Amino acid sequence: MPNDLIIRIAGEGGEGVISSGDFLMQAAARLGVEVVTFKTFPSEIKGGYALSQVRVSEEPILSQGDSFNILVAFNGEAYAVNKKSLTPGTVLVYDYPGGDFEPEEHPGVHKYPVPMSKIAKDVLTSYISKNMVALGAVAELFGIGMESLKSSIHDKFIKKGMEMVETNYKAIDAGADYVRKNLKKTDPFMFPTTRPRKDTIILEGNQAVALGALTAGCRFFSCYPITPATSIANYLTELMLQVNGYVYQAEDEIASIGNCVGASFAGVKTMTATSGPGLDLMSELIGLAVMAELPLVIVDVQRGGPSTGMPTKHDQSDLFAACFGSHGDTPKIVLASSDVEENFYMTIEAFNLAEQYQTPVILLTDASLAIRVEAIPTPDPSKIKIVNRTVYQGSIEEGEKFQRYKVTESGVSPIGVPGTFGAAYAATGLEHSEDSGPRTNPETRTMMTEKRWRKIANLENEWKPVEREGDSDADVGIISWGLTQSVVKEAVQRLRAKGLKVAALYPKMLWPLPVKAIESFSASVNKVLVPEANYQGQLAELISAKTSVKPVKFNVFRGEPFIPAEIVKKVEELYELEKAGV
Amino acid sequence: MELTVLNNNVQLKPKEYRSTIEPTWCPGCGDFAVTAAICNAFSSLGVNPDNAVLVSGIGCSSRLPLWMRSFGFHSCHGRAVPVAVGMKLSRPELLIAITIGDGDAYSIGGGHLPHAARRNIDLTLIVMDNQIYALTKKQVSPTSREGMKGSLTPFGTLDSPMNPLTLMLTYGATFVAQAFAGNPKVTGDIIKQAIEHKGFSFINIISPCPTFNTIDTFEYYRPRIYSIEDLHADKTDRINAYELAESSLDHTKNPEAKVPVGVFYKVDKPTYDSKVAVLKVKYKGTDTPDLKAIYNRFRA
Ligand SMILES: Cc1ncc(C[n+]2csc(CCOP(=O)(O)OP(=O)(O)O)c2C)c(N)n1
Ligand code: SF4
Repeated sequence: MPNDLIIRIAGEGGEGVISSGDFLMQAAARLGVEVVTFKTFPSEIKGGYALSQVRVSEEPILSQGDSFNILVAFNGEAYAVNKKSLTPGTVLVYDYPGGDFEPEEHPGVHKYPVPMSKIAKDVLTSYISKNMVALGAVAELFGIGMESLKSSIHDKFIKKGMEMVETNYKAIDAGADYVRKNLKKTDPFMFPTTRPRKDTIILEGNQAVALGALTAGCRFFSCYPITPATSIANYLTELMLQVNGYVYQAEDEIASIGNCVGASFAGVKTMTATSGPGLDLMSELIGLAVMAELPLVIVDVQRGGPSTGMPTKHDQSDLFAACFGSHGDTPKIVLASSDVEENFYMTIEAFNLAEQYQTPVILLTDASLAIRVEAIPTPDPSKIKIVNRTVYQGSIEEGEKFQRYKVTESGVSPIGVPGTFGAAYAATGLEHSEDSGPRTNPETRTMMTEKRWRKIANLENEWKPVEREGDSDADVGIISWGLTQSVVKEAVQRLRAKGLKVAALYPKMLWPLPVKAIESFSASVNKVLVPEANYQGQLAELISAKTSVKPVKFNVFRGEPFIPAEIVKKVEELYELEKAGV
Repeated sequence: MELTVLNNNVQLKPKEYRSTIEPTWCPGCGDFAVTAAICNAFSSLGVNPDNAVLVSGIGCSSRLPLWMRSFGFHSCHGRAVPVAVGMKLSRPELLIAITIGDGDAYSIGGGHLPHAARRNIDLTLIVMDNQIYALTKKQVSPTSREGMKGSLTPFGTLDSPMNPLTLMLTYGATFVAQAFAGNPKVTGDIIKQAIEHKGFSFINIISPCPTFNTIDTFEYYRPRIYSIEDLHADKTDRINAYELAESSLDHTKNPEAKVPVGVFYKVDKPTYDSKVAVLKVKYKGTDTPDLKAIYNRFRA
């Protein structure tokens, strides 16, 4: 790819690894280049290995990429973890002399020792500016516009005063200065050509969900803190007050979903965000929302399970829990999004579907997506479609009685909202008749169960839940979900550039499963591959159960997302088998 | 939105607060009297039923909202309090009361009580305490007396009963009362005061279950009940309230002991929703936000 550069900064939590990446990211966005970040950090509050990777390009970026071109190692551990990826042609910028390690021989690797700690301590007398020294060195080495870098540093620190800004400028300059005076550039890597600044906003995955909720009209949010979902609430607290809404920290997840069910009954758009363990606790009240036919959005930012598992790590293994959690026949809608921009729009879709079909919608994202940062085109609120539930306005006509659960062709009935004359009804989790009175006779049970499922029976046609790309008659077709989609997109580009015939299907709605789209997609390809970041192959299992397709599973469950090269390799293998007629 | 919830022009008679559905409770169930008392309180306050919601959990007692003409939500076992909290925080102008059983409130839903109380959310919590799990057919509840036989404790329960009054005082409820279903007029009056109270109000109503609890009956309680109204003038005196509340279970050990009813404690404190309202003003809350301006705060 033209000028596609991946800079990986690695070190210890608390060393400024993450903030260095954020500054690079922002500088890149200001320079008008495409940029996506990838980060991982440990569950510990301080210490432990942390990584912040920034990928910049002249072309739109689809995934976090395979590995790095440039490694900036802040310490020995960071070096040790990444040294196997120091292949010929890559670059190593490291803390030397004065750092805590000396790298081995790496033939073909461009090595740039920069005494980051030493400069920070001796020249600037502040160890904390080490990451800024490194940033300055990197900017000088690869030609990153110093002004943009400084302007993002300015905007970040100006709240703490100009002195703080100056201190950081000084550190940046010291790093750049050292490079200029002491090092000779031997590598070919240069920052992409800058373009005019675009109308973009920089959002983290969770921020995008928060802004999406606000845009959709969410005015009540209740949650219980859990990694990696908590920051959705962090971003919303003040914003919610500004739109006359409220973010409530409940006593537990059961309470938070209960709060949302109550708020929805009261007529207000509402959402909660949690991760696996919290989703489990919410199951019973998700069932209540199904039975009471209340709109409600639950965001599950997946992390490695089972149990407490790996709270900060990537996993896509809550699909079964989302589709099948909650007892009884519970029609609900499960969506998943694949990148930051989609987090924004998919959250709005989740609200729209919830409102239209009066049922809970679970939106799946994950730990990597939660902290992935992208610069996305600034949304235009006037172009965004917002759906609101059909509210019964009340009637004063003699003898007319409000039928909250009126059986209709679509299955959707008018909702009564407290404060409306003539619309009073008592919702109940018990099976009920059209007027919401509890009933257990076989006719009512059958009729109401069918009504609830009818609401979402035709969703695949009413709401286009899939995207497709690639050759119309491909040898290998890939079906993926969530963040993996963004990796598959890049893999498909590479494979097609190599002349292989491949196609991909990207379902955005996973439940109800878009059966028709999957059937017709697989009919157009010879083999179907389903890569997923879970052990069981949960989507592959759903496909096997609900369609005639028998997909090939491809699973990673190591706490990290796929990389495009893995998908490319796997598809090539399948392609060869296919060609050989195996 | 401003709604008129209490309005003396709404001249509904108590029975007009009932829906057309007939209760399915056993004859002689204490919960009939509680329903009547709620209707009386609503009538004398002029509650507009279109602006009121009764929220319940699961249990015999929790069926109550289904028999009423107002909005209702018969939710899940133990979860009425969070459901009501969500309603109140999203629609503070509504009157929201919770009507649940002792098992629901103190056992499965016990974790929610401290938080609703300490936050002083403007809700009225009415617990129909029959000292038994009735709907699941006779298991002991957290308020069952020691030695009570239930289907799972045929030998008599080993547990000591908890005292909901002292608990709610400790949790920080700003209105704590006890009533007896055998005295619907007094009960109605206490419910009225609880609804009028701005903040978290709690009433434990002793509401006998003649079907499954043949010890704690109307007949058992009637001679033991006494009103604390005369000897307890200063209702803001928490220590005094606590001592009186402590004595509420004495009768389980001492046949001579009396059972106090009335308002034990009542103090005025800012409600949670009034504090939220202040925050909304502080952060310049508006119903017509400029989304574009909000997005621009994230500009690259
Ligand atoms: C999660 C859950 N657990 C258990 C039950 C079964 N259950 C229904 S009512 C009840 C106890 C009701 O007792 P109480 O709250 O005292 O009400 P009462 O019937 O005595 O009025 C139980 C355990 C349930 N519905 N849901
Ligand atoms: S079982 Fe007891 S609590 Fe339930 S309706 Fe009958 S008398 Fe009332």
